[in-house]
Amino acid sequence: MNYSFQFGPVFDAWPLLLHGTWMTIQLSALAMLFGLMVAVVCAWGKTAGPAPLRWLINAYIEIIRNTPFLVQLFFFFFALPAIGVRWSPYTAALIAMVFNLGAYATEIVRAGIESIPKGQIEAGMALSLSRVEIFRYIILKPALKAIYPALTSQFILLMLASSVVSVISADDLTSVAANLQSETFRSFEIYIVITGIYLLLTLLFSYLFRLVFQWGLNYPDRR
Amino acid sequence: MRTFGYSDFWFLVEAAQWTVALSLMAFIGGGIVGLIVALSRTAENAVARTFSMWFIQVFRGTPLLLQLFLVFFGAPVLGLDINPWLAAAVALTLNSGAFLGEIWRGCIEAIPRGQWEAAEALGLSYWNKMRDVVLPQALKIAVPPTVGYLVQIVKGTSLAAIIGFTELTRAGQIINNATFQPMVVFSIVAAIYFVLCWPLSLLAAYMERRLAATASR
Repeated sequence: MNYSFQFGPVFDAWPLLLHGTWMTIQLSALAMLFGLMVAVVCAWGKTAGPAPLRWLINAYIEIIRNTPFLVQLFFFFFALPAIGVRWSPYTAALIAMVFNLGAYATEIVRAGIESIPKGQIEAGMALSLSRVEIFRYIILKPALKAIYPALTSQFILLMLASSVVSVISADDLTSVAANLQSETFRSFEIYIVITGIYLLLTLLFSYLFRLVFQWGLNYPDRR
Repeated sequence: MRTFGYSDFWFLVEAAQWTVALSLMAFIGGGIVGLIVALSRTAENAVARTFSMWFIQVFRGTPLLLQLFLVFFGAPVLGLDINPWLAAAVALTLNSGAFLGEIWRGCIEAIPRGQWEAAEALGLSYWNKMRDVVLPQALKIAVPPTVGYLVQIVKGTSLAAIIGFTELTRAGQIINNATFQPMVVFSIVAAIYFVLCWPLSLLAAYMERRLAATASR
């Protein structure tokens, strides 16, 4: 092996790397936020909605969970514009990520809802709380605690999967690698550095999630 | 430009065979790597434990796409001749090895301590203890999550399209470029993946329910 590694040109482009890192963080954070909203609504529909709605939500979950994210991305970026829905690569990427996370997280959130003892919900009804109030105060927070580990690891998987959006030329950390590669031709070094940044992001996100848990959900269970 | 026809559909189905072949490669390779990783993770040797912990951390903590790029662009640097098929097989093997290793570690650790101690009290060697006592019991609880993970492997093979290996997703791109009917093409591509993955998902869920039923009895 007579290859001399040159990391210089890669680190010289640090503003680009920083920008890419920020775009990946931003994209993942937004997708987490909206994806979780989709999941909560779908989980509610799946546990309490009428049969046709439940069937529809099940179909959505099964389709998303049994097809690759890359194909979903192509669907949102190539197929939908062909029938008149036009959006930028960034929007298409974000929407694909929201739909993807929404399906996985629905199942997780539903498991959390089902972990709440029926007696507590009945106690809420006995206090004549409305359905929304019961969901918000009795189900959501204890359920969130029960599903927190599964949910946060799904978030991290989503962040890692987001590297694929570079394929439709959405602006993210991996697309920075592609651009740098055509300028410097140090592809191996670039991908080592970018992979390292993703690893740091994974560690950072798991650290943040642990902090949030300590801060907001670490109360003793009284069950 | 031409419209999407019967021959295009068959082109996609034939490409799906490569998706299946790549998935099998990744599952067999990943199974071997995963077993080594899981055994190292649960070993008494501190070096093996630390090394396998980092292996899992790196391969589960970085995107599969980047691992694919590293193998594809890194092999020529090391003086190795590589094609997209081999690069995809290697990257998917290492990636599934890390995930399966972590799944199986959990299964091995779920075997009650008493079983390990009983095997040791009988004077069994490490290999006998693992082969005759721990692994057969771990296997029983490992099957449902492993079948579930197969779905992830099949979906993961789609990334091989990005480095130019003609499996199902790449075939979809090629047909789309020729016909420009993305709605039809990508719906069919998605449907073929669904046909491959859904039975596996259902099987995994069924096995999980059955295992839970036997465990609660």
